[in-house]
Amino acid sequence: MELYELTVHELNEKLEKKEITSIDIIENYLKRIEEKEKDVQAFVTIGEKLIEKAKQNPKAIPIGIKDNICTKEMKTTCSSKMLENFVSPYNATVIEKIENSLILGKLNMDEFAMGASTEYSAFHKTYNPWNINKVPGGSSGGSAAAVAANMVPWALGSDTGGSIRQPASFCGVVGLKPTYGLVSRYGLVAFASSLDQIGPITKDVTDCALLLNYIAGYDPKDSTSVKTDKKDYTKALSNNIKGLKIGLPKEYYGEGINPEVKEAILRVAKQYEQMGAIIEECSISANNNALATYYIIACAEASSNLGRFDGIRYGYQAKKYNSIKELYRKTKKEGFGPEAKRRIILGTYVLSSGYYDAYYKKAQKVRTLVKQEFKKLFTKYDVLLTPTSPTVAFDIGTRSKNPLEMYLADICTVSVNIAGLPAISIPCNLDKTGMPIGFQLIGNHFTEELLLKTAYAYEQEEKFREKHKPEFKK
Amino acid sequence: MNVSREEIIHMANLADLNLSEEEIQKYTKDMEDILAFANEINKVNTDNLDESITANERYNILRKDEVKEFEDKDALLQNAPSQKNGMFHIPKMI
Repeated sequence: MELYELTVHELNEKLEKKEITSIDIIENYLKRIEEKEKDVQAFVTIGEKLIEKAKQNPKAIPIGIKDNICTKEMKTTCSSKMLENFVSPYNATVIEKIENSLILGKLNMDEFAMGASTEYSAFHKTYNPWNINKVPGGSSGGSAAAVAANMVPWALGSDTGGSIRQPASFCGVVGLKPTYGLVSRYGLVAFASSLDQIGPITKDVTDCALLLNYIAGYDPKDSTSVKTDKKDYTKALSNNIKGLKIGLPKEYYGEGINPEVKEAILRVAKQYEQMGAIIEECSISANNNALATYYIIACAEASSNLGRFDGIRYGYQAKKYNSIKELYRKTKKEGFGPEAKRRIILGTYVLSSGYYDAYYKKAQKVRTLVKQEFKKLFTKYDVLLTPTSPTVAFDIGTRSKNPLEMYLADICTVSVNIAGLPAISIPCNLDKTGMPIGFQLIGNHFTEELLLKTAYAYEQEEKFREKHKPEFKK
Repeated sequence: MNVSREEIIHMANLADLNLSEEEIQKYTKDMEDILAFANEINKVNTDNLDESITANERYNILRKDEVKEFEDKDALLQNAPSQKNGMFHIPKMI
């Protein structure tokens, strides 16, 4: 067995026993990248002098980082022409926290994390390791594809409306969106600040808990981060879920959900029941309006956040201009791609006088409703079980021309961000075309331990990773 | 949902964004579709509900306004498209 096939906790064991060193791991991963990157194209930047770095830190574990998380040692492009040559003067807090790591490279994404397929990267598309005619999902498509293809042992992504969970589901790996406030966003290039969260994308649930151990915790540099006790999330992992109350919100199983996906998730519910959990159908009617609410709020915040790219202090600058105003306008026209511009216009529209009350203010009220309905559900249930995505990975090019159709890919994931809840996606099966299906577990605020435990119990039962491997079908 | 090309031009102006003729046409059509979809939230009864500002209930988190020196000034300037004498260089404004 090659080292790149192992999880991080397995690599750690071998490092502890001195059977291997970091140099062996890095060499093995570089070999794998050499073999597979041409098919998958998950990276924007691949690290340099990695073997030399491994020599200085013989217990270091490699990691892949989504290219919207700032790193001093490599460019942070957000897969945008706007930041094509940007090198951050500081590291994101999560980068400082993953001490003992070697950054293998920066991973591709939809430009500024706006998209669900990684087709909106300004540089190149990323391809799904299970079938390279399919998208890897998005926006953390590079992170999920690199983990699935064994080109990185684990990765960090960001999730504003499903951008960790949906690609994890499309690529058959584990992805966790932590509670809003658990992980510092200092150094994450902002898309929609009331929704953004950084989280792990890993090969299994144990690695997910391990990586969360590193990145969770209060940071004075992010005013929204919450003071929490330091936890060892791996201690929560156990098979005992007897008596756990799992709710199946019916709105997640209705129209638009592919029947094969629905069937697979209902089978997961059955398995949980057999393991001793109590399964019950429930309802969250506000979820039917969550997608519209999400796009109004996310675009409003994005239109404000992207205002900073004016071509003065960093980033792309237009070449020809006669005034400062023209410099701003041309810089944005030439630097942003089509989806970023679309969201700037939509966000400006819903915030503009005359439309503010009907869209933005109304959406913020529906947001309150979504939060209240979740709160009520969590008085009755420990976790909620839903599909992560209404479909498996779709063909490249089939949705990128129609923005609304692309937005529908987020229908099962956005409410979690609206309410600031934690949620995890775990692979459960393949559909008949051989593409992974993922399910989502949603928990109440700061119940990551319970979510990880519930996910772990299923993983031990089903052993998806042992049964299925990406085949790079062409 | 009717959206006029003038509205799209107005929004682009507010956002300091130049658009090509082709983009104006494309985004006018896109906004019609997206706003028609977004309008569904106006059917939701939100009487007696306050607006949420963020994902949790923590508002107005304050800290002391203290100046902290950033050590690596060169790193801050290295990304500037144009710099002069350790400062950002911008076109004449007035």
